[in-house]
Amino acid sequence: MLRINTPLREEDARKLKMGDKVLITGTIFTGRDAAHKRIFEALQRGEELPVNLRGEIIYYVGPCPAKPGEVIGSAGPTTSGRMDPYTPATLKYGLKGMIGKGLRDQGVVEAMKKYGAVYFVAVGGAGALLAERIKKAEVVAYPDLGTEAIHRLEVEDFPVIVAIDAEGNDLYAEGRKKYQKVG
Amino acid sequence: MILKEIHVSQISQAIEELSIRSNYDLPEDVVASIAEAARKEESDLGREIFQLLQENASLARTKRTAICQDTGVAVVFLEVGQEVRIVGGSLTEAVNEGIRRGYAHGYLRKSVVGDPLLRKNTGDNTPAVLHTEIVPGDDLRIILAPKGAGSENMSALKMLTPAVGAEGVKKFIIDTVDKAGGNPCPPIIVGVGIGGTMEQAALIAKKALLRPVGQRSPLEHVARLEEETLEAINKLGIGPQGLGGSVTALAVHIETYTTHIACLPVAVNIQCHVARHAEKRL
Ligand code: SF4
Repeated sequence: MLRINTPLREEDARKLKMGDKVLITGTIFTGRDAAHKRIFEALQRGEELPVNLRGEIIYYVGPCPAKPGEVIGSAGPTTSGRMDPYTPATLKYGLKGMIGKGLRDQGVVEAMKKYGAVYFVAVGGAGALLAERIKKAEVVAYPDLGTEAIHRLEVEDFPVIVAIDAEGNDLYAEGRKKYQKVG
Repeated sequence: MILKEIHVSQISQAIEELSIRSNYDLPEDVVASIAEAARKEESDLGREIFQLLQENASLARTKRTAICQDTGVAVVFLEVGQEVRIVGGSLTEAVNEGIRRGYAHGYLRKSVVGDPLLRKNTGDNTPAVLHTEIVPGDDLRIILAPKGAGSENMSALKMLTPAVGAEGVKKFIIDTVDKAGGNPCPPIIVGVGIGGTMEQAALIAKKALLRPVGQRSPLEHVARLEEETLEAINKLGIGPQGLGGSVTALAVHIETYTTHIACLPVAVNIQCHVARHAEKRL
């Protein structure tokens, strides 16, 4: 089990290898479909983003609302593939890590190799457990998007696995190969 | 004939309660099926994931919180006894009022956009997707099944040609699961509808997901197809969360319906391990 702190430098990201189990501590940012669309459009227009995401990790999540006295509701990963069309642009901009679940396309993997970024997965459907590792949550951009707004999260020992590393090794493909049975 | 009167406020009340219960309490049969699958999983990482899923479900139950943050679109099945009279207002509005209250009071995520192209969140998780059926008797049976998008998006429907037969159906189911890979949060339950018309196949595929996990079809040839398909799926190697393993699916449930001489519709509705549904009779 490795422990890392955010933000990530390129050399930190390049050190992480497919299959590594990692505990993340520090600040991460949430962003899913609607926020990605806005980020992408802002980058295309050459504008600065409302939050500085250079060197940061983005978590693809739309959390449940917090109950009174709690930090956040259930908060597990959403399917990453929907963010694929926007991702090469965010990596070029300087994002260093992504947390989600599920497969990525070749465009994302190539951009990860080029800019030195890592794709982590958290366990999908374990949102109640994952929420326990989130110590603070605050909306920092696009508040009109509700659950899809960009939140700044303070996490402690947030458990993830390196699914695709900066060399392009893919645990989804490798893991499957190992357990595939023919016939 | 004396009709049994049910006031719409009772329906809203029941739906509110079911919205919360279904999102906090994973059904016992699903819990048991996950526990059993965990013992069969060959991959170490896969077994660790199973462990987490079990901890997560029990935490949600005791802490009264959502098992998964995607608390879904509320799919509601109403079986209305033909001797029931609904009084006090609109049935559809009563259902939506229940959803509105349940998703607010239960601190559940609001995941519904009003227009599929304009995509503005309705803010209260309404409207529900409502399926109403008139049945004999004087009961009103309400089933609420929140459906998350991760698995719904990996579902598929195809109008096959009758010549391909059971083998063709099996191949289509396996291809659908294969393509889905880790996206629908495996281990999954595969709901299949064979026959009917296009929309009927889809509807019975969804209903197949309401069956207790692993319960076989009463039709012998269909039960055999369920078993063979499950076995083939678990050879794909996708495994828990798609990271490799010997358990990709917990069960395959197939429902069938009569169909046209020229048709063989097949719908595959994929359900993640957070297989939520709760019901109540009024
Ligand atoms: S597919 Fe199921 S477990 Fe995964 S995020 Fe969606 S609702 Fe949750």
